[in-house]
Amino acid sequence: MMTDIIQKVKNLSIGFRSKKGDEILILKNISTNIKKGETVGIVGESGSGKSTLALAMMGYVKHGLYTIGGECQFNSSNLLKMKSKDLEKIRGRKIAMIPQNAGQALTPNLKIGYQIDEALQLHSDLDEREREKKISELLNKVRLPSPETIALRYPHELSGGQQQRVAVAMALAGTPDLLLLDEPTTGLDVTTQAHVLELLNFIAKDTGTSMVYVSHDLGAIAQVSDRIIVMYSGEIVLEGPSRDILKKPIHPYTYGLLKSIPKLSLAGLPESMPGSQPQPGTIQGGCSFFDRCNFSDDNCKNNSPKLEFLKDLNTSVRCFNYEKLVNENEVSQTVNKIKNKSLDKEILNLSEVSISYAKQKLLDQIFNRISDENPTVKDINIDIKKGETIALVGESGSGKSTILKSIAGLLRTKDGLIRFDEKRNLSSDLKERDPNDLRIIQLIFQNPDESLNPNHTVEEIIAQPLKLYFGLKGEELKKNIIDLLQKVRLGEFYMSRYPRQLSGGEKQRVAVARAFAAKPDIILCDEVTSALDVSVQAAVLNLLQQLKEDFGTTYIFVSHDLAVVRAISDRVAVLYQGRLCEVGPSNDVYKFPSHPYTEVLLGAVLEPDPDIKPKLVAEDIVEERPPEKGCSFQGRCSRIVGDICKKEIPPWQLTDSGNAIRCHIPIKELQKQQF
Amino acid sequence: MKVDNIYKEEKKSAFVKLSEIIITMASRPSGLIGLSILVFHIILAFISPYIAPHDFKAIDPTLMLQAPSAEYWFGTDDLGRDVFTRTILGGRTALTITFFGSLIALLWGGLLGIFCGLVGGKIDDVVMRIVDAFLSIPWILAMLLIVSLLGTSTEVLIPALGFFYGKGIVRVARAATHDVIAKDFIVSARARGHSNFSIIWNEIIPNVRDAILVEGAMRWSWMLLGFSSLSFLGFGVSPPTPDWGLMISNARGLMSFAYWAVIAPIVGLSSLIIGINLTADAFAKALGIDRSTKAPV
Repeated sequence: MMTDIIQKVKNLSIGFRSKKGDEILILKNISTNIKKGETVGIVGESGSGKSTLALAMMGYVKHGLYTIGGECQFNSSNLLKMKSKDLEKIRGRKIAMIPQNAGQALTPNLKIGYQIDEALQLHSDLDEREREKKISELLNKVRLPSPETIALRYPHELSGGQQQRVAVAMALAGTPDLLLLDEPTTGLDVTTQAHVLELLNFIAKDTGTSMVYVSHDLGAIAQVSDRIIVMYSGEIVLEGPSRDILKKPIHPYTYGLLKSIPKLSLAGLPESMPGSQPQPGTIQGGCSFFDRCNFSDDNCKNNSPKLEFLKDLNTSVRCFNYEKLVNENEVSQTVNKIKNKSLDKEILNLSEVSISYAKQKLLDQIFNRISDENPTVKDINIDIKKGETIALVGESGSGKSTILKSIAGLLRTKDGLIRFDEKRNLSSDLKERDPNDLRIIQLIFQNPDESLNPNHTVEEIIAQPLKLYFGLKGEELKKNIIDLLQKVRLGEFYMSRYPRQLSGGEKQRVAVARAFAAKPDIILCDEVTSALDVSVQAAVLNLLQQLKEDFGTTYIFVSHDLAVVRAISDRVAVLYQGRLCEVGPSNDVYKFPSHPYTEVLLGAVLEPDPDIKPKLVAEDIVEERPPEKGCSFQGRCSRIVGDICKKEIPPWQLTDSGNAIRCHIPIKELQKQQF
Repeated sequence: MKVDNIYKEEKKSAFVKLSEIIITMASRPSGLIGLSILVFHIILAFISPYIAPHDFKAIDPTLMLQAPSAEYWFGTDDLGRDVFTRTILGGRTALTITFFGSLIALLWGGLLGIFCGLVGGKIDDVVMRIVDAFLSIPWILAMLLIVSLLGTSTEVLIPALGFFYGKGIVRVARAATHDVIAKDFIVSARARGHSNFSIIWNEIIPNVRDAILVEGAMRWSWMLLGFSSLSFLGFGVSPPTPDWGLMISNARGLMSFAYWAVIAPIVGLSSLIIGINLTADAFAKALGIDRSTKAPV
């Protein structure tokens, strides 16, 4: 039995010393084993210590941290006490790592083939000709098209998915026994992500390599892992077979986490988990999950639970009250249904909008016009009703954020009109909008770290729109700020805080408060939840929904996450290469018949359920520019009907439920094909 | 919600912040040394007229080139003037002129750099090419031209030095602005409709201030060297005002037999420059901007 274990982590504690000299633990007494040939998923939110654990498994402790106790045994030697010379022999050859962002991990000025060759020179004893063969072999294995040409390219010439594949190929060059993957698909598009995960699955089976897959995304973990370790503030709280953990989580944190993930099959908002993960060093005693737990009692407050192994479930759990959950059935998701009011008044209308990023020629600059035959975004016609939430969906490069920018007046349109409230035309140039036009449309950004000025307090941040639009001062200003903070469920004491002292969810709430401070009619939400942890995401979505009901605001919601879109939106517009593919009520867009591209997107969604596998319909190639003629999706479509797709722009077709699809295939035919 | 003291940090007044920064600076040996030298020089500049043992311009042929003694601690120069008196007084003009010069450099260089970084496009192109053109002119030549046309009064020297040492700051301020300009909080302010002035004042300056201040502190020491070079060449302050550059220039021919007359001002000048440099480095480290990897232009 012992020989089966490839890596043994024993009582590992890693931490750092605070300025005051206190020892603060990042990892607390972690013990686990990685067996030969198995894939272990380590799940946790940011700050849970999952990456620190993965790095420790290859004998690396980040600068500033140090090992307090315990060991990481690989082939019965402790990696954490090894000399760097000996570690060199293990890293790459025995344990390899695939980083999160392959684009940054590859050297930009060296060809792909050369970089893999370097790895081979270091980690194998092959001669030059054998290595050359091996490079093609590796690139083939990670399913890159025409390995010979790929080997001669530079990293920047490849797409994100291809770069990630090269990183996998490099990791495989040393034929490692253990592969560590740190969020390998997080930065990728949904379809690419599904393809990369499928590849990793194949490699795990094919080579028998053990994998440790670190991710915050339960959907991705569900697809690859045999066993799951759930981490929370530096501790393992739940460890067991993947299926059991996802279907019947017996730790309250995992239970709540699974409940808070929006799913494709359920319309409406998932239940949110209160609070956020405590910062390291702030837990005084008792269970670290105590203040967010629905199952806690006095015992949890004073005593911290031990990791308990349950033989009949083959699961370890750190909870006093897990029995309450054992008897609970599968995660029953309660969903806060969206109340649909009658929507008829038009608030924003985009007609024939085209946007170009092309550089203006001198003549065009003189005449102040944009001439681009094939603009990035073209023919956008959408009318948005007052009080609805419309979502723009698509992968990166689909033009969804570009459209948002033009609505906000940050990017000039080439053609087309943006009409507000049925009568007023809004210029796409900020300078030509009057202050009231600016006030009615507010933005919430993806990453609150970037959208809040780090040198302003929360008070100063929220005061800005209040001062600018309403000229508030003194006591009145303060009263309004407190009011807004209460609306986003933050206390008055947050006023004097700086953004860096807030958690991700709190920061995003401040950004929401700032947007609502202007009393806008329309709020543009640009991927507002994608930088947030899962447990916080649901809370922010719920907050947005609540505020919308209170204020009657219209949301234009941009996202790549179809499940999130499903949860919050009334209507969905699917974009590919800056062209609309499908527009319709969200219930119908998520049902077939769909535009072939929507079908691809829906198929690639990862659900935290090992039984729902993504369907990979189209290739995950990346197109740089929209095609000049015909359907925008012709390059990747698997249902292409012939020359007509390449020559003519497809017509809009209406389904029975009022869902518009832009495809040459008749609706009836499409329905047949997709069922 | 638990909030532990490690993460709790309330808004502090500028005074508290500044004293914290100074304490952090002094906690490093190099910072402590730099700060002490700088503070010593500043105090000396204030009190030297009252503690000077002799008259700095009293010429006495009978006392020519005396070696250091109990009466004349650093000896006397070729005109019989007390070197100690002249050395402790010699930093005053340099320190004052360069301090105000640096302020001017900071102000115009910083603001122009931020403005160029913010507006970008054509204006930025044109302004930066002009700055490049000025950077390519040997400054000492240009300074000599200005000084010989307009004279060597303080009113000429301060703005002239301020102008020449501000050019480099333009580049630093522009680069620092570029780092923040792409951030969403600027986009957000723009979309709300804030004016350029408001964006510069509220959004950009708080984020680039530190980088520019550090750069300004470094420029101060270079300007000090530059000013002393001018004096050395005879274009700075005019005799008999005690000034290190002038003193070094006067006494350099006598170095072989009256080394004291030249060593004292050299020690004064270089210690001040080292003091400012160390302080600026410690300042950068205390603010979290590490310059160690950046080579001085």
